[in-house]
Amino acid sequence: MNGATLPKYGPGDRVRVSSEEPEGHCRTPRYVQGRQGTVRKLHGSFRNPESLAYGGTGLPRQPLYLVEFGQPELWKDYKGAAGDRLWIDLYQHWLEPLNDRRISQ
Amino acid sequence: MSTHDGHDHDHGDGEPHPGMVGDASLGYYGTRYRAIEALLIEKGVCTLAEINATAARQETRTPMDGARMIAHAWVDPEFKQRFISDPLAAMGELGYRLPDNVVDTPKITVLENDEDVHHLVVCTLCSCYPGTLLGAPPDWYKSLAYRSRAVKDPRGVMHEFGLDLADEVEVRVQDSTADLRYIVMPKRPAGTEDMSQEQLAQLITRDSMIGVSEALEPDRSPAA
Repeated sequence: MNGATLPKYGPGDRVRVSSEEPEGHCRTPRYVQGRQGTVRKLHGSFRNPESLAYGGTGLPRQPLYLVEFGQPELWKDYKGAAGDRLWIDLYQHWLEPLNDRRISQ
Repeated sequence: MSTHDGHDHDHGDGEPHPGMVGDASLGYYGTRYRAIEALLIEKGVCTLAEINATAARQETRTPMDGARMIAHAWVDPEFKQRFISDPLAAMGELGYRLPDNVVDTPKITVLENDEDVHHLVVCTLCSCYPGTLLGAPPDWYKSLAYRSRAVKDPRGVMHEFGLDLADEVEVRVQDSTADLRYIVMPKRPAGTEDMSQEQLAQLITRDSMIGVSEALEPDRSPAA
């Protein structure tokens, strides 16, 4: 088996979403690219949609995370409440570590 | 090929059968669908029988199926835990026939609303939807307007559906971007303690399972 990429992040980890736009299809919407969020959950590992979209195998599987963003941080003119959140599923290869909790705490 | 219109398929005029080629009534997406379908069959990806079986199964599912599941979860706390931890298994428990290929069926996740958090589901990139539980999505769910506004102005969207939540309630938008499908479990309304499971299911609208509204109040139920 071609296995899966090992998960690098866990709940509570701060991450930044990559803003390097790949050519072609991806499942990371533009509005979160370059933004900072917090990992809430590891969903498991899934085939990479950027490969599957073009007839590829999608392997190795990529860890998929539930990532939380504060709505007022995503939209500068956000009209809702300060505590509103956006949750979104993002594949690991789109995430960069923002800091290392083991050092900062 | 079956015969249709009560006649055999030999027209004897050398003309292709109306409807088989360039049928304008299909429209752009209908024509595109037919072309993709023909290619999938030609390349041996799947058979027409498999496509028809999948379409037929999807058409048997309606929002009432999700509503029945949630009504059951409202009255049975142990079932609710099983519904949240494994919605497909819980469907099987209630006698629903599961998709033939459960491994490839997107995992369904239940988002439970409570006094503090209200969930709203959107798929900004396309129209991912928990079809296994709710059937086909409404047209507005697939519209560019909903897909763009639900993330940027969820309270504005909910207001248009008649729902205004206090600022203290966290509005949590779930963008369904990947391999999971989300269904909202609305709060059980007050004053429904004496209602049967069947009556409760009538309160659980499709929109409340997407999160643009809450479950109906008992006196607003269509069955009341």
